Amino acid sequence: MIKDITLGQFFPTNSLIHKIDPRVKIILISVYIVFLFIAKNFGSLGFMTCITVILMIITKIPLKLYFKGLRPVLFILLFTSVLNVFYGSGEPIWQWGILKVTWNGIQTAVFVSVRIVVLIMISCILTYTTSPTDLTDALERIMKPLTVFKIQVHEIAMMMTIALRFVPTLLEETDKIMNAQKARGADMESGGIVKKLKAMIPVLIPLFVSSFNRAFDLAVAMECRCYRGGKGRTRMKVLKAGKIDVIAVIFSVIVLAGVIVCNVMFPQLTVK
Amino acid sequence: MSDILQVKNLTYKYATGTPFEKTAVDNISFTVRQGEFVSIIGHTGSGKSTLVQMLNGLIKPTSGKVFFNQNDIWKEPKKIRNIRFKVGMVFQYPEYQLFEETVAKDIAFGAKNMGLTESEIQNRVESSVEFVGLEKSFLKKSPFELSGGEKRRVAIAGVIAMNPEILILDEPTAGLDPMGRELLLSQIRQYHEKQKNTILFVSHSMEDVARISDRVLVMNSGHTEYFDTPENVFAQGEHLKNMGLKIPQITQIMNTLSDKGYHVGKGVLTIEKAVEELLTILKK
Repeated sequence: MIKDITLGQFFPTNSLIHKIDPRVKIILISVYIVFLFIAKNFGSLGFMTCITVILMIITKIPLKLYFKGLRPVLFILLFTSVLNVFYGSGEPIWQWGILKVTWNGIQTAVFVSVRIVVLIMISCILTYTTSPTDLTDALERIMKPLTVFKIQVHEIAMMMTIALRFVPTLLEETDKIMNAQKARGADMESGGIVKKLKAMIPVLIPLFVSSFNRAFDLAVAMECRCYRGGKGRTRMKVLKAGKIDVIAVIFSVIVLAGVIVCNVMFPQLTVK
Repeated sequence: MSDILQVKNLTYKYATGTPFEKTAVDNISFTVRQGEFVSIIGHTGSGKSTLVQMLNGLIKPTSGKVFFNQNDIWKEPKKIRNIRFKVGMVFQYPEYQLFEETVAKDIAFGAKNMGLTESEIQNRVESSVEFVGLEKSFLKKSPFELSGGEKRRVAIAGVIAMNPEILILDEPTAGLDPMGRELLLSQIRQYHEKQKNTILFVSHSMEDVARISDRVLVMNSGHTEYFDTPENVFAQGEHLKNMGLKIPQITQIMNTLSDKGYHVGKGVLTIEKAVEELLTILKK
């Protein structure tokens, strides 16, 4: 069913990672991702992988859910691995026509795959432990310097919040309209791709109409409460960095130092 | 009269196998006869909407069977569409389902899916517009420029145009003003009298239900509580109240009088009947 699609999923638990200030969390996660690319041998990559797994366990979210997050990129993962295996340089261990597998190819394939998997896991940690509203609030704050370039940061953040808020509503509505059209004999399951796309018209039109209506209603409701954009607007919940954030930053600095040390210490583990 | 619809041990569970599992419909069995007007009542969340969506195959029951004219509707899952043409379903707030350029085209959508001929579709569109009390001039308008009440009529006409043997209406009067409600109810009644088909009417307005139904099915947290004539059901005033349902005012008054020891019948549904009963005891 269409309701099974999850987007921007947030799993509330009482873990330490949930308690970190979202601004700090976004910045730290971005830094982790950068360091994931700085890690250049199996030693430092392995170290990053261990840290990621530890972080995943600390979140108290079932590991199964993290692997679910991998499903959409499974194809890209396989595709790049296969390419890497066949495009390595050096002595071939196996050859068939122009296709050759080299030791270097296999190593690169493993290295790149692990890197992609860890990348996805790290981003999952961020989205799984931060509520969408916290996320956009934090983004608004982080992007604030951009106002110098006349970028409407508050408006962008508000649009993101509204968009995220209406994803479940829209899914529910799609489901409802699909059922209503099926009750009138609309056939959405059979036929080729053209027929299937055509069958979506009776669903999409009412969905667009109601979305526009909802947007108008929301605009009126916001204006009734004197919403007039970001200027001079104060917050009910002010984000405040605390002790836990300091700990998170210190922990991250140690991890990052560890990556650099591994890079230097194990040059023999570099992909050859 | 023959049985048109038979429901046996029907159960539906949401989100099976997760901690959020919830039984919406729990082991329900009943039979509806050809030409009956059956109302289904129950407070919000009692499983009414889930139940009716199983009757035309929009939801597949977790267990149990639905028989339409003695045939199991899920016997051939590929042909479930045919059941949906025979068991017409008007959803709650059906106005959101309109999508075509003109009212005529929208009403024809269901009939067209059935693969009828152009002229037959034309006939059905015209007769169904008449049933819901809209003028022919509406046919050329865009459905999006109509008022809420008119849109709802168009949506109902779209289902009637399929000429279903059973018509299911899920709270068709919700959100209409009292005048519009009266009008729509009388049109549904007229349609029923003319077409002689079976109607399942989901509602939580007891006043509506009391006047038009042959039998009333009362649902409470997924179970059938009663399935009887309105008189017999509404005689159970106290019990219905405990289920969060309100019986018609006049029935309430007469039930109270009867409880206080006056010789009036319980389950009186109309003011005329109440006046008659009261006059007889006053004359004594």
